[in-house]
Amino acid sequence: MVVRRSLLLPLLVFLTAAIFLLATLLLVLPDPKPSGSASRVPIGGPFQLTSQEGKPFSSDSLKGKPFAIFFGFTHCPEVCPTTLYDLTQDLTTMGKDADKLNVVFVTIDPEQDTPDLMKTYLSSFDPRIIGLSGTPDQIAATAKAYKVFYEKVPTDSGYTMNHTATIFLMDSKGDFYGSSNFQEPQETRRQKLQNLVKNG
Amino acid sequence: MKLSFSAGALAALTLMAVSALAPVPFETAKAAGLPSPSATVKIGDLTIEQPWSRATPGGAKVGGGYLRITNTGKEPDRLVGGSFPLAERVEIHEMSMVDNVMRMKPVDGGLDIAPGASVELKPGGYHLMFMDLKEPLKDGQSLKGTLVFEKAGTVEVTYTVRGMGGQETAPMQHKH
Repeated sequence: MVVRRSLLLPLLVFLTAAIFLLATLLLVLPDPKPSGSASRVPIGGPFQLTSQEGKPFSSDSLKGKPFAIFFGFTHCPEVCPTTLYDLTQDLTTMGKDADKLNVVFVTIDPEQDTPDLMKTYLSSFDPRIIGLSGTPDQIAATAKAYKVFYEKVPTDSGYTMNHTATIFLMDSKGDFYGSSNFQEPQETRRQKLQNLVKNG
Repeated sequence: MKLSFSAGALAALTLMAVSALAPVPFETAKAAGLPSPSATVKIGDLTIEQPWSRATPGGAKVGGGYLRITNTGKEPDRLVGGSFPLAERVEIHEMSMVDNVMRMKPVDGGLDIAPGASVELKPGGYHLMFMDLKEPLKDGQSLKGTLVFEKAGTVEVTYTVRGMGGQETAPMQHKH
């Protein structure tokens, strides 16, 4: 009896640990689908901005189709034009499938990037690309929803910007599906966009 | 039928002739040091190779300048600035990618070119920033600018503007 009693506590600890471990495994393991609603990645969310046509444009305007969204600014010498150029090429290559997704470029430099400038800038790329601007507060809220970092960097004559260069791939419900960036090989990026159109 | 055949044959022959001849004048020009659109220039102990820029989107106010500088001398020098015909100013910046964040920073006090070193200004790293562009840069343009070095002084360089997809490797030359 004494022996049994002394065994009871370790046994209880062991069982509790085993149950806890099993529960953890059950929670973690059946999670291969990134689109599973239970495992929603907290990237993305509602926003209120202005399109390059000067009209209100909210996250609701994107509902129903998957989309690729990235953040940048027009005073950007490399990453932004390269990303927009790449996506333009991708849309052309995708043919009809390109109409099954939206591509969105959001400025993180609302002081300089007015809807008018966004329109002129985007005239050099695929006409389907949506360019969004807004008030500094609206931009900050959108960037926060997408976990996008940006900051001004003073230069000799003004400023430039540091910013997250990720292309976020979002499904038709506006949930995070995957990501890409301008450094990824063209084939990989295109495959991701095709998957997004098919499954997102 | 006959006409189109002969026209086709002529085109083919011309193409063959051009492709056979093309490398020869290029090599000759290179060997003789004749100027070509992206010619190598020398000033003092510095050699500047392949200056190029990239076509910019409409309304864009900045462009990038890329080239390679080699110092064959025994003294260090420093790239401190330059000029570009379609820009108000030329600055030297450094780009880097850290955790998916693109970072830009001005290179304060100029870019050191150590003796024996070759410094590459290229996409993703050190580059020239053409600030306040007066008009967009177009694919195929050839634009004369200058580079200013602390010791070697000012040298004229000719930038070849490549397409917007332009990267480090030289693209195929195409004539319009």
